[in-house]
Amino acid sequence: MGEFISTRVAYGEELCRIGADENIVVFDADLSICTMSVYFAKKYPERFINAGIAESNMIGMAAGIATTGKTVFCNSFAMFTAGRGYDQIRNSIAYPGLNVKIVGTHAGLSVGEDGATHQCIEDLSLMRTVPGMTVVCPADANETKQAVRAIAEYKGPCYLRLGRAPVENVTDSIPGYKFELGKGVMLRDGTDVTIIATGLMVQMALEAGKRLEKEGIQARVIDMHTIKPIDQDIIIKAAKETGAIVTAEEHNVIGGLGSAVLEVIGDSIPVPVSRVGIEDVFGHSGTAEELMVKYGLTVENIISKVKSTILRKRE
Amino acid sequence: MKEQRVKELALLAAKIRKEALKAIQSADSGHVGGSFSVIDILTVLYFEKMNIDVKNPKMENRDRLVLSKGHCSPAMYAVLAMRGFFPLEDLLTFRKIDSNLSGHVEMKYVPGVDMSTGSLGQGLSAAVGMALSGKIYKKDYRVFAILGDGEIQEGQIWEAAMAAGNYKLDNLTVFVDNNNLQIDGTIEEVMSPYPIEDKFRAFKWNVISIDGHDYAQISDAVDQASQTKLMPTVIVAKTVKGKGVSFMENEVKWHGHTPNAEEYALAFKELDEAIARLEV
Repeated sequence: MGEFISTRVAYGEELCRIGADENIVVFDADLSICTMSVYFAKKYPERFINAGIAESNMIGMAAGIATTGKTVFCNSFAMFTAGRGYDQIRNSIAYPGLNVKIVGTHAGLSVGEDGATHQCIEDLSLMRTVPGMTVVCPADANETKQAVRAIAEYKGPCYLRLGRAPVENVTDSIPGYKFELGKGVMLRDGTDVTIIATGLMVQMALEAGKRLEKEGIQARVIDMHTIKPIDQDIIIKAAKETGAIVTAEEHNVIGGLGSAVLEVIGDSIPVPVSRVGIEDVFGHSGTAEELMVKYGLTVENIISKVKSTILRKRE
Repeated sequence: MKEQRVKELALLAAKIRKEALKAIQSADSGHVGGSFSVIDILTVLYFEKMNIDVKNPKMENRDRLVLSKGHCSPAMYAVLAMRGFFPLEDLLTFRKIDSNLSGHVEMKYVPGVDMSTGSLGQGLSAAVGMALSGKIYKKDYRVFAILGDGEIQEGQIWEAAMAAGNYKLDNLTVFVDNNNLQIDGTIEEVMSPYPIEDKFRAFKWNVISIDGHDYAQISDAVDQASQTKLMPTVIVAKTVKGKGVSFMENEVKWHGHTPNAEEYALAFKELDEAIARLEV
């Protein structure tokens, strides 16, 4: 088993590390001890700005600083950056193409007990439809650190989706694993079906792959850390070589990874695709584990969808 | 300010009004009322106060201006063209399909524009960000922003006002273009933001009230703002929507309405007469 660490903690550590670059400015909106921008804030207080509980203004101020040639990281829960700040992100950052990294932590259901008001299940969809926005959703701590470095180097608007709950580090033990923005990573090869997952569903996809193998089903597993620009080549190759695809995301089944994959498939090589995600309903209070089960974000559900999708292939 | 300079600025502003109206005429679309109310302020800033270089629009230590009421692009673009950032002829491409001069002010393709605006309420935050960057990186540029008086109904304006006061941004000077009109009527009829001065004062701003068409008052207020320490300054400028064309003045319909041929002729006649009077 790999180490369990949340992507937000990995983010906070890496942001602090790259913060030695004096060109980096970091914002938070009274959640620095939750988003983990607090590490940066303590080390570089002169380049950390607490906007208070005023996300719209935070995002606007970030745009203003970016016009002066700085790289700006803008932090809050996904609900309050991608959600509340949508118009500001679209018009003040993305339209002028400013170099601001919008970070949405505590995304998805796994924020847990805070309940539906804080469980942003629409952020990938919202951010993906903004022209010119790069959207990244890392699976684990190792991938998060590499993603943070990559988006810091990339000049332009990015959205980084992070989670609250500790997740198992899996990518660091994959031979030949390499992070590149816009490139999915094949974590496991297979010929019968491809599971394309993002965020904390990657670990479940790997586990599903292992269990399916015992049943004689060879599942390819792709870690799609970049939702936009989506890696079309790896999807088309998977469709050609395995003939069936199951997507898995901690997000509404409408508008996120599943939709992005379907768009590519619809434009290229039609194969059966099933989506594992939240079925267009709001979340609820509960532990992260309980919520994942309640809303079908489980290894079992992935396996079930894999089997039904393979059957559709043979129809 | 010397009388001669006041006259020169008045002449420039009259010419800028004419160029802005030509842009609106060529597009048969655009916001004339709010453009004309803010042109005198923009003229003083771009021709008298701001440290800018038309040959190097992105000069690192330049003064910056955010026209948060981004629909008044005819005013902004006419001022920038008159100042020399791009040719006056370009104004005739305003709002056209192949043009860089979009309906709302934008920075990406228009030299001299420091921030894209249009969705009301967002520009002040960007200006606060620019001012913060100046403080963090110890630059001595100044940042200006111009807000509509209807625009300050947006909640984000007050988030930004709180931040600017909190961070004591004395490198930030903001104008409120108080022409008292918005699309649906007077600002009191729609949603009164008065008393504007008291609200900013409560957010720890230095507050100055002026006549926004008096060049000497605009100039003095900007100088006073730049000498004020540890506080941002707001200059609440009483203005007249449609200023400079008699039948447009204080008429709510000239927010986004475009004149007909007869009205254009009359408006240009008035502006030409004003120019002729000032050229003597």
